[in-house]
Amino acid sequence: MLISYQKKNKKKHHHLISSQLHSSLQKELLQFLLECCVGAAEPFYHPRRPHEVFLNPFCRPACQHRCKTRSASSQVYSAVQSVVGSLHMAHTEWKDAPGLPDFSLLKRLARDQLIFLLEQLPGKKDLFIDADLMSPLDRIANVTILKQHEVDKLYKVELKPIVSSSDQLCFLIRPRIQTVKWISDLVNADKVAGRFRRYKIIFTPQKFYACETVLEEQGVYGDVTTDEWNFYILPLDDDILSLELPEFFRDNFLEGDQRWVTTAGSALRLLQSVYGSFSKVYGIGRCAKMVYESWRELMEDGEQRTRQPEFAKVFLVDRDVDFVTPLCSQVVYEGLVDDLFRIKCGSVEFGPDVTSSDKSIKVMLNSQDKVFSEIRNEHFSNVFGFLSQKAKNLQTAYDKRRGMDIQQMKAFVADELKGLKQEHRLLSLHIGASESMMKKKTKQDFQELLKTEHSLLEGFEIRECITYIEEHINRQVSMIDSLRLLCLLSITENGLLSKDYRSLKAQYLQSYGIEHLLTFANLRQLGLLEEQQAGETLTVMESKVGKLVNDKTVGKLTDAFSSLAKKSNFRALSKRLALVPKSGEEYDLRVPRDMAYVFSGAYIPLSCKLIEQVLERDGWTGMEEVTRMLNGQEFAVTGGSSSSEARSKTDAQRIVLVMFLGGCTFSEISALRFLGKERGCRFIVVTTAITNSSRLLEALLDNSA
Amino acid sequence: YDFSIELYEMGWNLKDGLRECLVAAAPYGGPIALLKGHYRRSPSARPQLEIYSSSGLPLASFPWKSGVVKQLGWTVSDDLLCVQEDGTVLVYDLWGGFKRHFSMGNEVSQSQVLETKIFHSPYGTGVAILTGALRFTLATNIDDIKLRRLPEVPGLQEAPSCWAVLTQDRQSKVLVANGSQLFILDNTACTPVTPPGLSPQASSIVHMCVSFSYKYLALLTDSGHVWMGTSNLKEKLSEVDTKIKTPPKQMAWCRRPKSQQPSAVVMWDGLLIVVGECKETIQYHLDDDSVLVPELDGVRIISGTHHELLQEVPGACEEIFKIASMAPGALLLEAHKEYEKESQKADEYLREIKEQSLLSEAVRQCVEAAGHEHEPETQKTLLRAASFGKCFLSNFPPEQFVSMCRDLRVLNAVRDYTVGIPLTHTQFKQMTVQVLIDRLVYRKLYPLAIEVCRYLKTPEYQGVSRVLKHWACYKVQQKEESDEVIAKAVSVKLADAAGISYSEIATKAYESGRTELAIKLLEFEPRSGEQVPLLLKMKKSPLALSKAIESGDTDLVYTVVMYLKNELNRGDFFMMLRNQPVALSLYKQFCKHQEQDTLKDLFNQDDDHEELGNFYVKASYKDQRLEARVALLQSAVDEYYKAKNDFSAKTTEDEMRLLRFQRKLEEEKGEQLVGFSLHDTMTTLLSVGLHKHAEQLYKDFRVPDKRFWWLKLKALAEKEDWEELEKFGKTKKSPVGYLPFVEVCIKHHNKYEAKKYVSKVTPEQKVKAHLAVGDMEGAAEAAIERRNESEISTVLSRCSATTDHLLMERLNRAKATAVKK
Repeated sequence: MLISYQKKNKKKHHHLISSQLHSSLQKELLQFLLECCVGAAEPFYHPRRPHEVFLNPFCRPACQHRCKTRSASSQVYSAVQSVVGSLHMAHTEWKDAPGLPDFSLLKRLARDQLIFLLEQLPGKKDLFIDADLMSPLDRIANVTILKQHEVDKLYKVELKPIVSSSDQLCFLIRPRIQTVKWISDLVNADKVAGRFRRYKIIFTPQKFYACETVLEEQGVYGDVTTDEWNFYILPLDDDILSLELPEFFRDNFLEGDQRWVTTAGSALRLLQSVYGSFSKVYGIGRCAKMVYESWRELMEDGEQRTRQPEFAKVFLVDRDVDFVTPLCSQVVYEGLVDDLFRIKCGSVEFGPDVTSSDKSIKVMLNSQDKVFSEIRNEHFSNVFGFLSQKAKNLQTAYDKRRGMDIQQMKAFVADELKGLKQEHRLLSLHIGASESMMKKKTKQDFQELLKTEHSLLEGFEIRECITYIEEHINRQVSMIDSLRLLCLLSITENGLLSKDYRSLKAQYLQSYGIEHLLTFANLRQLGLLEEQQAGETLTVMESKVGKLVNDKTVGKLTDAFSSLAKKSNFRALSKRLALVPKSGEEYDLRVPRDMAYVFSGAYIPLSCKLIEQVLERDGWTGMEEVTRMLNGQEFAVTGGSSSSEARSKTDAQRIVLVMFLGGCTFSEISALRFLGKERGCRFIVVTTAITNSSRLLEALLDNSA
Repeated sequence: YDFSIELYEMGWNLKDGLRECLVAAAPYGGPIALLKGHYRRSPSARPQLEIYSSSGLPLASFPWKSGVVKQLGWTVSDDLLCVQEDGTVLVYDLWGGFKRHFSMGNEVSQSQVLETKIFHSPYGTGVAILTGALRFTLATNIDDIKLRRLPEVPGLQEAPSCWAVLTQDRQSKVLVANGSQLFILDNTACTPVTPPGLSPQASSIVHMCVSFSYKYLALLTDSGHVWMGTSNLKEKLSEVDTKIKTPPKQMAWCRRPKSQQPSAVVMWDGLLIVVGECKETIQYHLDDDSVLVPELDGVRIISGTHHELLQEVPGACEEIFKIASMAPGALLLEAHKEYEKESQKADEYLREIKEQSLLSEAVRQCVEAAGHEHEPETQKTLLRAASFGKCFLSNFPPEQFVSMCRDLRVLNAVRDYTVGIPLTHTQFKQMTVQVLIDRLVYRKLYPLAIEVCRYLKTPEYQGVSRVLKHWACYKVQQKEESDEVIAKAVSVKLADAAGISYSEIATKAYESGRTELAIKLLEFEPRSGEQVPLLLKMKKSPLALSKAIESGDTDLVYTVVMYLKNELNRGDFFMMLRNQPVALSLYKQFCKHQEQDTLKDLFNQDDDHEELGNFYVKASYKDQRLEARVALLQSAVDEYYKAKNDFSAKTTEDEMRLLRFQRKLEEEKGEQLVGFSLHDTMTTLLSVGLHKHAEQLYKDFRVPDKRFWWLKLKALAEKEDWEELEKFGKTKKSPVGYLPFVEVCIKHHNKYEAKKYVSKVTPEQKVKAHLAVGDMEGAAEAAIERRNESEISTVLSRCSATTDHLLMERLNRAKATAVKK
């Protein structure tokens, strides 16, 4: 219904119903009026408060609160029901790899809700958008759509005084205190100037009480209307869904602010209501547990709908379970592009050095790009070969033209040429990108950097590594890279020796300034960069104790220790899960044999290994020691819909949803794609944001205001 | 065409009947309110307010102690409105409990209420008042009062002969008759109107009434004519002469929805006249004082002893029961009667219907007629006939029949004398099941309400659960039972009901002063989001805080924290936060953006010197003035020492020294330095040639040799100051080796300079150095000398086959020997 809304009808509709449908005594009259404006007697439906359709006007006061609390989310779900039927893709055929659900539906839902919200403020208006919402918004509703709904001018929120002559201002923002404060100042400034305007704030994905408090404290609560745009999920690709909340990581893991937990829960609920329920949920990490709880509560609150599930299993994982993986240099093509050029919201801007012209080009990177989709998961060393082969093929295709008669030529131009040209364009871009990468990455210092990383992962020649890192810092090679190596060193070694810690830290501060004292404080809080407390590492102590007493006691002891200090236990984990292949063996990167290929065969991402193991065992049994070393907090729950369990293995049973709380890297996604191919299943990655080492560490710098 | 059904013999025992009573009866079979002795204006005797069900069962009775009542009326939610002379409106519930009062404005209270009408619209129940100043004041919805004073009526000298409230175009308007003139008053204007075709002999309109749906209007003139037409005054439907010229007591529309015939009822003392389309009128005699209650599909007539319903005979009933009717329904009924008698005539009748292929029509008629019947026996007969007829139809949809059976069962139950809600089927359909359930709930008929819900299979959330909630809300107000008993009773009854909001029940308990019970009930509430606001309201903030934190909903925690912040003094507030780390970290987050000083206080209170130190450091680099920065850093140093973090303290002290140094140099040399890191400062100094100062920093800050060498190397090369570089290279043995010298020169494309350092490079790096300057020969020499296989290979890979042919041969030979070893 939300979708088929026509503008003209809706206004009247809205007016009628919101003005307290008070008595069904007069329903006749109302019905008459409705018939006049809607045409046929439609059931009363109020998009903003769908529940009231059923509620009796006579018991309104008592029910009101309930409606309010439920309305926001249920709005989406009611709308869902109306579209689901028409849009849903049926996957009946049995293929080797199961088909993926159609996620464009999520975009449509978000767009329709946004349009509805914009129309709540009728007439011309200026729209202010949070800078980091610009790209996601562009994926949902482009400028043309916004203009159609009477958005006059678009501005980026810059927290500066504005120049707008419009009488209606609409703000589309993330619920951040600073932004709300800025809006309050605007409103107050207008008041002083005696200017009257209408203001509307649309918070996305939800509003927070703290923001409303700011409005109240600044005395503008009554002047501003607020709304929520429940835009939880942006599909970046066929198998990547992003919440586009980079601040999730810092807020949740560093600041201990759990406000995004409900957002993640709501995102899962949205997926569930559109694509059906899940039969099994696994997870590890404190935040994962909380997200699951919040999701479960939301499910209980709403009506249960038994729909044929599109996913079998869900795996929730906290970023702090595995910090090693995002700290490593990425060598898979897509990851490398992200490290070097920064992929933003599924698209990247290639500079003049890539395009070999004087201007930059913005390119969408997803499975629509035929060239990219074939190389994105490849180790970089294979990419060049592949691209040149591709170029040859393309040439052959072009060459077909020779010796064609007119008729054939006509067909060629009509059918193939456009595709070939498109492919040609993309190919040249990717070749350009690879060349630029080659230039940067085949240099000696990059080789040495990789060598150091691999040594650290392997726990080999640590002294040399420390010397290398020291030199790296001293020469001011790169602020972030130095920090990254320090963290990698600390995690893999369970903290630095006091002497090393102090000297490296002092060096770093000399290079980059004293304000990094705060950065170091943050890193320590997260357990990314620590000083070893005692002279010995825990694992050493553990093994020593282990010789004296039996295993059970060791377990208890370790528990006691890990509650004292959060230890990464990387070395022990790596041994137990065989994350680092034995050195000396040849690893053919062209024919990857396991997920380690994403790091040149040197390391299997811990997060992905965990997922593999748990799915294989259908739970955590047999992994007690591993989970203990990861600080526990694991869970496995069988979902509510037991009926789906009974059904034979359908496609849906082979789709696994993996949710990364705190972000995931392209390398991990590539590793999961590889795993899926091996096991005949598909992984869908839901992440709070796409991350990499730079983004991760930049989030922990403390030079922001 | 009209007929009347006796609904009830009234259960009340009124000595004087309805004489001298102010009466108000709610539509849809609602309750009746009487204000006895109202017209006896003696100060000694207080009037008595009594409330009865439609069947005359007493619900409440109490002496009226407030001011003079002008009008009684019921709201859509079964609340009693008493409009007083001074414009105050008192609201009572069905059981005579006082709920609230509101005023109709100053103007009304000054000029007193002359007349009042209570009306219903899609916006709720409204009140319209004609004041002593002959102005109208109107409120469309008493739950959201917006008083509107309507414009003046021109030429109005005394109270108008009659008036009525209309709802048109989503607006409430007043229709006023002043003599023969008619006006419509809306928000802005007073418009004179003329009803089309009103007979000219009338000199005054003495009475008017508007139909239930506001679609039709009836006017009674002093000549005794009743004019009937549409309420927009565009169309006349009919005009009938009653031949009675005295003003009537009451007039009401008596018309079914969708009926083609207009008909109205006019009542005088002891006489009732029904006027319709034709010139004839139907007269009834009334024995007693009566009151007309207009309904959707008829008029109820309440007298001191009886309660009757007057309505137009429904089409289906007429067809079936008309004497000698040959309508299919009538034939079917006859057929069934014969069938019961086991007579073959049944077949004949059936055939007759079937021949005209009207059997489905016949069934439909019987079902519909059953709906209009009030006697269960007649209902049964008709339904049996319908069921009988249905047997001979192959694809007749059963829904209508089934739902009619269900509806009738419910209707018969609520029409029962003890319940006293005389609804017709039409009214029931209009009012919906939900509203009926509400009405039952208002009457505290919880078991019946639940039965109805279950029987009609109303979804639990809207049905049973809602009734149970109302029951619980009522239960918690019972003062005589203990908290434990009530809490237990409530939880047992509500245990398995879906969608119950315990917080609403708890709110009720709290409102009736039972905080302890409220807290007990809240324990059952599964959603913390619902618990917390009420707990705050009850001033149970510690509990609220812990519940909020339990919920994991940060937003909720914020709510509580912000509330506490305003509620408690700072010390207590901080204390409370201290015990709740989650809340504390959230609050810190908030303070970071909003209240920096509070943040400092928080750290202070916790003696968190480490964090305080960090706080000062952060503050320092936000400040522009050097003195302030140094002062802040000093505070940081103090805090770090307190935190026993010598490292940070020392570093911060260094920073202070560095800042001072930078400042001094800035003043002396005019070089922008303040805010740079040590490394950057030194680089800058070297690049502008202030070697001595750089040297000084190197010593003062114990910069590692390696760093200094790297730094100087780079700076000098960037300046291309090769001379200085050479000098520097000779000062002492380089701690970073000499390969960097070579590399840095090559980087700046100076092969000549680079070569100078090649000889100094350690043997391990010789090959690299030679290669860097492009000296293949030298590289080969060095590699062969070291007999290092991989190095030889490296050199080989750099050789080109054309120019270095000889060299390659040598290398290959050397490689062979190296491998052999």
